[in-house]
Amino acid sequence: MNPGVGLGASSVGAGPRVRPFDPASVVPDFPVLSQLVHGKPLSYLDNAATTQKPLAVVEGISHFYLHDNANIHRGVHLLSERATAAYEGARQAVQRFINAREAREVVFVRGTTEAINLVAQSLVRSGLKEGDEIVVSVLEHHSNFVPWKMAAEATGARLRVVPITDAGDLRLDQYERVLTSRTRIVALGHVSNALGTVNPVAEIVRLAHERGIPVLIDGAQAVAHLPVDVQAIDCDFYAFSGHKLYGPTGIGVLYGKAGRLDALPPWQGGGDMIRSVTLERVDYNTLPAKFEAGTPDIAGAIGLEAAIRYLEGLDRAAAFAHEEELLGYAIERLERVPGVRLVGRGAPRTSIVSFVMDEIHPHDIGTILDGEGVAIRAGHHCCQPLMHRLGLGATARASFAFYNRKEDVDRLADALDRVREVLG
Amino acid sequence: MPDLRELYQEVILDHHKRPRNFGPLPEGNRHAKGHNPLCGDRLTVHAQVADGIIRDVRFEGAGCAISRASASLMTDAVKGRPVAEAQRLFEEFHRMVTVGVDDEIEASLGKLSVFCGVREFPSRVKCASLAWHTLRSALGDGRDASTE
Ligand SMILES: Cc1ncc(COP(=O)(O)O)c(C=O)c1O
Repeated sequence: MNPGVGLGASSVGAGPRVRPFDPASVVPDFPVLSQLVHGKPLSYLDNAATTQKPLAVVEGISHFYLHDNANIHRGVHLLSERATAAYEGARQAVQRFINAREAREVVFVRGTTEAINLVAQSLVRSGLKEGDEIVVSVLEHHSNFVPWKMAAEATGARLRVVPITDAGDLRLDQYERVLTSRTRIVALGHVSNALGTVNPVAEIVRLAHERGIPVLIDGAQAVAHLPVDVQAIDCDFYAFSGHKLYGPTGIGVLYGKAGRLDALPPWQGGGDMIRSVTLERVDYNTLPAKFEAGTPDIAGAIGLEAAIRYLEGLDRAAAFAHEEELLGYAIERLERVPGVRLVGRGAPRTSIVSFVMDEIHPHDIGTILDGEGVAIRAGHHCCQPLMHRLGLGATARASFAFYNRKEDVDRLADALDRVREVLG
Repeated sequence: MPDLRELYQEVILDHHKRPRNFGPLPEGNRHAKGHNPLCGDRLTVHAQVADGIIRDVRFEGAGCAISRASASLMTDAVKGRPVAEAQRLFEEFHRMVTVGVDDEIEASLGKLSVFCGVREFPSRVKCASLAWHTLRSALGDGRDASTE
């Protein structure tokens, strides 16, 4: 089995300021990791839920509040000019990071969830109707399922759900079959948060585009673990959250091709998203302001830029290779723990391992691991349709980041022995 | 950390492995489904109530050790008791696993007091109370219960 992501040669990590990657040396960059929980060292293996933040992010945010805080746009004073420059600078950092063609294609939102709701609700307002179809898959996180379900229920449109193989891979043959002249949009995840499966997004987009169908990719689990180039993927929309990319909570991104975003009506009205307002008439602003009604999370955007700059300062190809190695090692170790069954064998995949253990409920596993200092997640991972498909109520999930080390995997495997001791 | 043995006491492990009153209850006249959205646990409580007395009670469903043991011990505790008393037990049990109760009340809860350690594990309180919420629904309006 080759669980790896197979990143190959990419441009990530190239550049003069990059320091060589060494997992032990990045740990001090994340102060939260160096603490005892329940008297034991912390092994934080819940990175798919949210990642830890490097000091640079915390300091970037506090620097803004300590020195530059003001509202953005239309301010005529110095602090407002600085805040505006910082906020727009963050937009450019995101543009560079995902290789968008233009900065105005980057819309700041609260997170992946809001980005997807924005597109879904704008689609409703632009005339989604009975008979139209929306394509999703059974792998989706609820946030790439429920907004579409809501749009369908509001309009009479229908969801078509692409199935998966038992290993957790998307059935591409079935995908092609549900693409019809009625399909208004395809909305699929880049990486499954429950299983780590990496979908062939460029191929998914190509097949949809052949039929003139736009594609939204939920990149929440991808941006931190793969190089993402939205132009290479050629998707029409790409959504992700700052907090899963070592940035703060409260900030996320909707990337959209300028032409696609231009064609969508705004979904929230308010300040900043208008050009002019009279009692009779409202003219909407241009991109990206049209989709950013109200005061945004300015400090969050600045924190996100700090995270991106931090990552740009790492040898990311080496960091990804390290995550891949952790995945391989985790699979090897967990497979040897009696009673453990790994769930999902999609390939390629990111550093996520879902598992179940005999008759022991994942919730009990999670509590006992916590007592050993090992933080994992247990539950349905906001993927109830997927859990249903797999015939499971819940799984335990360990998800790795580049600051994890092999010893974290060892501690996980040892703690699973303790689970058996307590409950076996 | 509060000792794990406080949470996973022998009695709890025993009821987890060999749940009492588990299965359908064809002669039941009160039913409700319970759901813990946090972990996806689902269970169903069936009761047979006559003259204000819970003549029989059973449960079905899958869940963690805590929720299963709690359902099992609950059915043992309320079987044969008046509905009003089951309500009182629910309230005291709930107080025990959330804010805590004095020794006297804890003693009056009998075997149910093995769940007193749950209070130290906030993420597990809902597991312990799911069966009780579901029983209350079954005895009340029969609507689906949720720990949220
Ligand atoms: C695949 C996927 N999509 C969407 C989301 C939702 O992200 P957020 O809660 O940051 O909006 C998540 C987060 O768990 C996710 O893993």
